[in-house]
Amino acid sequence: MSADRSSEWTNKGALPDMSVEIAGVTLKNPVMTASGTFGSGMEYSEFVDLNHLGAVVTKGVANVPWEGNPTPRVAEVYGGMLNAIGLQNPGIDVFIERDLAFLKQFDTKVIVNVCGHTEEEYLEVVERLADQPVDMLEINVSCPNVKQGAIQFGQDPKCLCDITEKIKRVAGQPVIMKLTPNVTDIAQMARAAEAGGADAISLINTLMGMKIDVEKRKFVLANKTGGLSGPAIKPVAVRMVWQAAQAVRIPVIGMGGIASAEDAVEFMLAGASAVAVGAMNFHDPYLTQKVVDGMEQYLIRHNISTARELTGAVL
Amino acid sequence: MTLQYPEGEAPDAVNPGQFAGIYTGNPAMLLPRPISICEWDPACRTLRFVFRVAGAGTAELAAMKEGSRTDMLGVLGNGYDLPALAGRKVLLLGGGIGIPPMVGLAEALHDLPGTEVTASMGYRDNNLFLTEELTACSRLLIATEDGSVGTKGNVLDAVRENGIEADVVCACGPMPMLRAVAGYAKEKGIPAYISLEERMACGVGACLGCVTRTREVDAHSHVRNARICTEGPVFRAEEVEIG
Repeated sequence: MSADRSSEWTNKGALPDMSVEIAGVTLKNPVMTASGTFGSGMEYSEFVDLNHLGAVVTKGVANVPWEGNPTPRVAEVYGGMLNAIGLQNPGIDVFIERDLAFLKQFDTKVIVNVCGHTEEEYLEVVERLADQPVDMLEINVSCPNVKQGAIQFGQDPKCLCDITEKIKRVAGQPVIMKLTPNVTDIAQMARAAEAGGADAISLINTLMGMKIDVEKRKFVLANKTGGLSGPAIKPVAVRMVWQAAQAVRIPVIGMGGIASAEDAVEFMLAGASAVAVGAMNFHDPYLTQKVVDGMEQYLIRHNISTARELTGAVL
Repeated sequence: MTLQYPEGEAPDAVNPGQFAGIYTGNPAMLLPRPISICEWDPACRTLRFVFRVAGAGTAELAAMKEGSRTDMLGVLGNGYDLPALAGRKVLLLGGGIGIPPMVGLAEALHDLPGTEVTASMGYRDNNLFLTEELTACSRLLIATEDGSVGTKGNVLDAVRENGIEADVVCACGPMPMLRAVAGYAKEKGIPAYISLEERMACGVGACLGCVTRTREVDAHSHVRNARICTEGPVFRAEEVEIG
């Protein structure tokens, strides 16, 4: 045997352990999809083997079908995009029958994003999902594009704490509260979700933005405002994940403009226990797989044996 | 621009009316540009795109040097229903940047036995394009807004002036033109296939950015919205509500 014992510790033979745990659920790696950027997995399954992802987070689903906003719903901006889809979705019945059934063919965790206009609507969906083969729920209290509900619950700490408590009472799965960056103090909102009993928080949802066509002097989006996502928001997202992670003991799932494995690692170092790839799926439909592979390479390169060790490991 | 697939990567078939997402290579521009396919040459593995420079992204595409490489997402969407058009008198209507996909369609129809193709194409002025290709495979009528070539007016004015009758109409162009085409087809009692355009993000049906209102509840979305990138971009005129 070689006298160089250090080689036994540098993972030259063994691959790093990529698994992470969120609220008692073990993910094979920390890479998820950000809600709304991956449909319910079906469209991107042509590009990516969903079996390789830590989790698929579905597009927001409500108690009944939602038509969403008028078009134009999307606009490109420098280093990012605006969207005002308005949470179009086929409703929980179709979701369970078609989309969930599709996702259950894969060996990945399924996290269902839940949206609603009112407390009752959120609770109805959460109750419907309680006995379904779903691993976690992510509650969208942060969409900037629907007039009623959604973000209103996420911008007031009292409301956020309150709806989290009510959801926890009926939920059959661990609950992730998805936070909006459109607040003054993200740490306060993170604490409110934790106080309400959230099992984890995820952030950031999109930043509210706007684009005007100066030649036509018209708003580009029919909704006038839309949510900004993409690499343009990443520094804001990293900062907020760090602040939130400092403020709570529950796991934080980090997202906002992830375009590479290095970006994903940056969120982990800031305090995230897992990450989600969002708008950049639209740029590169293979990106989620590349981030998984690249994170593993990062761990090998830095002689780190588990992905878990990255969480909050900024020096 | 013409893009050539690397050997072994070309699709088995490309249907006229399909489109592709072309990347600019500028990392500040996230989204591929959805551009309709003008012509497909399976022997050379080439797709030809003819587009107007409408913004910074298409300007970058137009500035690409011959021999350079780019990424492309696609081919995407469903094209025209060729079996439904075969053996019939087909009227193709194209307005402005809606003309290029009509070229590939005219070429494909030209090869189908018994199919009679008349193309009425609308231009702003005497800056015509793609007329040679269209003349080679169809009877070509030209309409110009300023009357400098052909019929003064729109594509339907040219159709009426020339007394053209058809069994079916296929159209691509600006929304006011498509509305007029839908009205024309209804009046004549013939089917119309129209190709729609909308601001797009993913191009593969995931983001729900590029929807169009539908008359009935859509089978996929379960609301009255269909994805232009996935269910379209070609729709039967009576399926969609274009105002």
